[in-house]
Amino acid sequence: MSEALQYLLDAINVGGLYALMALGIGLIFGIMRLINFAHGELVMAGAYAMWLLIDLPGPLVIIFAIAAVMLLALAVERAAFRPLREATPATLLVASFAVSYFLQNLTVMLFGARPKPFAFAAQLADNLLIGGFRVPALQIVSLVLIIAALLILILLLKRTAIGVQLRAAAQDPTAARLSGVRVNRVIGFAFAVSGALAWIVSLIYAAQIGQLSPNMGVRPVVIGFVATILGGLGSLSGAALGGFVVGAIAVGLEAVLASDLRPFKEAFLFGLVLFVLLLRPQGIVATAALRERV
Amino acid sequence: MRPLLGYGERLWTPLALCLLLAAIVAAASFGSAGTQRIVTDALIKLVVVVGTYIFVGNSGVLSFGHIGFMGIGAYVAAWLTIPPETKSFLLPKLPGLLAATEWPASLAAVAAGAAAALFAFIVGLPLMRLSGISASIGTFAVLAVVNAVLSNWTSMTGGQGSLYGLPSYTNLPVATAWAMLAIVIAWIYQRTAYGFRLRSTREDETAAKAAGVDVHRERLIAFVLSAFFVGVSGALYAHFLGVVIAKEFYLKLTFMSIAMLVIGGLTSLSGAVLGVVVVSSLGELLREVERGANLGFLTIPARPGLQEVVLAAALLLILIFRPRGLTAGRELPPPRRWMARRLYRHRDPVPAHPSKADIHGSSA
Repeated sequence: MSEALQYLLDAINVGGLYALMALGIGLIFGIMRLINFAHGELVMAGAYAMWLLIDLPGPLVIIFAIAAVMLLALAVERAAFRPLREATPATLLVASFAVSYFLQNLTVMLFGARPKPFAFAAQLADNLLIGGFRVPALQIVSLVLIIAALLILILLLKRTAIGVQLRAAAQDPTAARLSGVRVNRVIGFAFAVSGALAWIVSLIYAAQIGQLSPNMGVRPVVIGFVATILGGLGSLSGAALGGFVVGAIAVGLEAVLASDLRPFKEAFLFGLVLFVLLLRPQGIVATAALRERV
Repeated sequence: MRPLLGYGERLWTPLALCLLLAAIVAAASFGSAGTQRIVTDALIKLVVVVGTYIFVGNSGVLSFGHIGFMGIGAYVAAWLTIPPETKSFLLPKLPGLLAATEWPASLAAVAAGAAAALFAFIVGLPLMRLSGISASIGTFAVLAVVNAVLSNWTSMTGGQGSLYGLPSYTNLPVATAWAMLAIVIAWIYQRTAYGFRLRSTREDETAAKAAGVDVHRERLIAFVLSAFFVGVSGALYAHFLGVVIAKEFYLKLTFMSIAMLVIGGLTSLSGAVLGVVVVSSLGELLREVERGANLGFLTIPARPGLQEVVLAAALLLILIFRPRGLTAGRELPPPRRWMARRLYRHRDPVPAHPSKADIHGSSA
């Protein structure tokens, strides 16, 4: 019983992290057909911001780090993606690769390529005793953060004017523009939100792996990308669902696969992506976003 | 009737590109061993990029998977050419047939290309049904699967470790020969009916389908041919470094090759070649700066990462300001002399004033 509970907790934790990644990617894809590979570098930037600011009091570190990641997301949008707004999705994907490569190597230039220990919020590594279980504090904190982020995001998208505009623009950009939605504001808002989501991932992920490095964002972005495709590109609920599905699959594979097959976990995940693309290209939650227009 | 000049014009692009390479190689062959290695490395990248171009340039479908084919080629070359006694302790579990073989490297390079082409055929069969961004994502998934398998299949690839002991086969002449072959085949392909049909699907998929073009078949043909050269390039690279490591064949090389292709111009062979030449030269220049430089009056400190930052910025600037690349998707124009003579012939099949041809022609 407790083993099953542990798997469930693992799946929610792993899946929640992927869901946050997938939401950050899905938010931007929905609104401008951009698969933002540089989302991983927002995560990396969040970790570096916390590493740089470590001497400040904790709450200030958090506030400044969130602000830094959001500003970086806005700057990237302004400098690289806004001039390319009319470009094809494939061009946008190449551009986001370029941004990702740029930011990674800029970090190498500024701080060197070697990994650094992540010391912020070291208490996260402690174990808590809950109902006789020893639970790592990190798991509890990430669970709370993930649930809070998802709730806030839902409220933001469903209850605020700009959130409704964003969903409208994602569904039909032309119709939204014709009804007076200001595109630049909405896209900027989407990037800022994706930045905030990336910061949460950077806190949890950096605490998990205990270090930061210029290419630390690549793995989460690749997995988040899988989740976005599985859930259905362009659908936000699909992205969140996709994240949890990938998390469950990853934890499940870890448990089910023979130990010599475990390293191939990622091959299975990407094999799944291929199957989804071929058999159900619209993903779990279908939208019009992927349909090729004649 | 305009056979001779017609052929001349048709052959101009591959001829000019090969001459350009020949000039660079000739200059490099007088240089130091270091210079020769740099040019050899660039020529291997040229095989990668021209190979990728055969599919991407003609179909317009961006592929992120080709470096996976390169990885496959490299491992096939390693299996076939590492001496059996080295293999027996590097990969003790290798199947008997592979464990005992020791092929000449040139033959292994062809086999590497064939293996990559076969793999491309198998994955391309379903994958080439996808279009646009789905196809790009699909090819990326192929890259990720190939990389995960190569870096974890310990009994066959040695996993994260490296395979060494490959005979050194790739030198300047060998790399030049393969690069020129890739250019010539790419050109021949794009001038055949297959090439034209695929290009028509690039311009307008729906219209091409309506005109009876089998999009799936045409894409698959180009995908397989293109994988062959990329597979060969993997073997060349393996025999150049003497070592094969799975993590080499992943995002960095993918980014590099796509950057070269896009900067030069995605839709023309000249663009693919030019992209490699420009990016490699730029990279070499920056590598010098990266090491730190002393200009006498000014000392530039060493800056690792600078090369990559500038490459990424250059790619972004090209995407924003010159989205069709440096060549704008055109092939090299034939020299003016030939143009003039052709115009002249069209107007007047029997030249009344032969001297006129001289004025237009040989003086330049």
